[in-house]
Amino acid sequence: MSDSTDNEHKPQRPLPPLVESFTWNRGTISEIQRAAEEGIYSIRGGGAKRYVPHFDDLLFLGASMSRYALEGYRERCDTDVVLGSRFAKKPLHLDIPITIAGMSFGALSAEAKDSLGRGASMMGTSTTTGDGGMTPEERKSSKTLVYQLLPSRYGMNPDDLRKADAVEVVCGQGAKPGGGGMLLGQKISDRVAEMRTLPKGVDQRSACRHPDWTGPDDLEIKIQELREITDWEKPIYIKVGATRTYYDVKLAVKAGADVIVVDGMQGGTAATQDVFIEQVGIPTMPAVRLAVKALQEMGMHRKVQLIVSGGIRNGSDVAKCMALGADAVSIGMAALYALGCNDPKYDEDYRQLGTRAGFYDAYHEGRCPAGISTQDPELSKRLDPELGGRRIKNLLQTMMLEAQTLARACGKSHLHNLEPEDMVALTVESAAMAGVPLAGTDWIPGNTRY
Amino acid sequence: MIEIDLDKVTIREFNQQLHDLNGTDKKEAYKIMNPRGKHSVAVGADAPVDITVEGHVGYYCGGMNKHANIDIKGNAGPGVAENIMSGCVRVQGNTSQYAGATGRGGMLVIEGDASSRCGISMKGVDIVVGGSVDNMSAFMGQAGNLVVCGNAGHALGDSLYEVKIYVQGEVKSLGADCVEKEMTEEHVAKLAELLEKAKINADPRKFRRYGSARKLYNFKIDNARLPE
Repeated sequence: MSDSTDNEHKPQRPLPPLVESFTWNRGTISEIQRAAEEGIYSIRGGGAKRYVPHFDDLLFLGASMSRYALEGYRERCDTDVVLGSRFAKKPLHLDIPITIAGMSFGALSAEAKDSLGRGASMMGTSTTTGDGGMTPEERKSSKTLVYQLLPSRYGMNPDDLRKADAVEVVCGQGAKPGGGGMLLGQKISDRVAEMRTLPKGVDQRSACRHPDWTGPDDLEIKIQELREITDWEKPIYIKVGATRTYYDVKLAVKAGADVIVVDGMQGGTAATQDVFIEQVGIPTMPAVRLAVKALQEMGMHRKVQLIVSGGIRNGSDVAKCMALGADAVSIGMAALYALGCNDPKYDEDYRQLGTRAGFYDAYHEGRCPAGISTQDPELSKRLDPELGGRRIKNLLQTMMLEAQTLARACGKSHLHNLEPEDMVALTVESAAMAGVPLAGTDWIPGNTRY
Repeated sequence: MIEIDLDKVTIREFNQQLHDLNGTDKKEAYKIMNPRGKHSVAVGADAPVDITVEGHVGYYCGGMNKHANIDIKGNAGPGVAENIMSGCVRVQGNTSQYAGATGRGGMLVIEGDASSRCGISMKGVDIVVGGSVDNMSAFMGQAGNLVVCGNAGHALGDSLYEVKIYVQGEVKSLGADCVEKEMTEEHVAKLAELLEKAKINADPRKFRRYGSARKLYNFKIDNARLPE
């Protein structure tokens, strides 16, 4: 056109690329703006979401010329474990070394607890109560049930103590070592309120310290009391969140534990401050090594059994924990996902809650579309305990088959025969944390060369 | 009367003897000699037995008690009558920390003074103290009554749920969310009943009552203030 200007013929300069600040990224800005609006920390469920070195960074060295493998489907690879042989008159004999971690009725629906009990019982392993006492349903559905003694002591009573197969003194949790529990009012139904002797609908705050002992010397006396009440029959566990694991394990042994449970920072929670979940504790992988080191130095490895939890997802995680020296592992989040937590079939419901399947972590709100972390009867009836039990059984079975596959490949006729020598690390950091050499080298950072 | 000499019988042997009666209504009477501060004396009883302890006990005497009446003629160490379910534990002397912790029923009577955290996390037990209690008593108390004929230390009833606290003397300070409440005739009558049951002589009209302001029941940041 005649009135065209020179400008129109200039080539358009592309917009400069948007550069997001690493320090002040959109997530950070959004959290700052949320804090500015609400004036309080954010609470969520689940475990640490940040990247931490994990068992994926370890690899097994399968047999070839220098080692002799076992035949996949024919040759034995045993999986049983005895827990509590140190002092208890009746130690637990489990068929598989994967137990179900403590999750409360209150945090979870009765249907979810029932499902966990059924699945675990089908596989010959144990379930665990939680910060809300023992329900008759879970006692009935769980062949082997571990009863937790927590700072809150909700529902604690000597009858349930004697009905339990083992007692777990909870001193901490991987998601929040040093923190107490919380269960927000919307999940305190009539039944939950009654079990916990609380008014309905209040935000329940559990203490972070036990009410009747302070420090490991007291705990030793407390454990003696528990043994007296239960006539020295039940194994007594001590559970700690992974932090100063080397020292905590030594003190737990001294305090008289039959079994020590170490829960790494990837371990889940029903409701905790996000800052707590992400910023406190150490990953599971180094915690296993530290715990085993402490036990070995005391001559108590395999005498006091070690259960490891926090981010255990599959059979290879199980096998790697065993190889590092654990006697058993415990799963929590994996069991919830098996039951249908974050299942894409509920994506429409998750969208209505402002999230998506695969991202849901608002367990504290009690509106779980899969009927798991809720006390709403309309939601919880979506979970059929019979079906749920089968799904838990299937997960446990798959994990066992995977762990056995890896153990046989290393020539081991029992999962407990796996050893650190069977593994290498993919990264320098995992080599240092797990105490196995970096692949292709003989280098374990922090150790002198051999 | 069955006499148990703890110089000759182990704690394990005595507790087992006690547990052999559990679930029965046998009203045996035991006299425990030479306790010498031993821990876990008469824990986990579940029968309406009478147990008299002739001396001082260590930690957790009468722990998780059901139905038994335990009379300690001396002082008691930490956690006496912890998680008591029913029955009665009486301490004729003083007690250490966490007396009656998490108790769910029955009664704990302390004729002397109690230390700190008396009645911590109590869940239905009635605790009557003839003397004074120290700091943080009835911390996070959920249900039951705490009666103090003497004085109370700092942060009484901190983070309280539904425990009713009666104090005759001075309270050094109240904990977060604990406030003084009106002493109605109904409360005077209830207190008189508790004192009578505990066989502690005091005038219920001279007591003041404390309870939860219930401001922490549903968490609002503006209500979260540290105790002074």
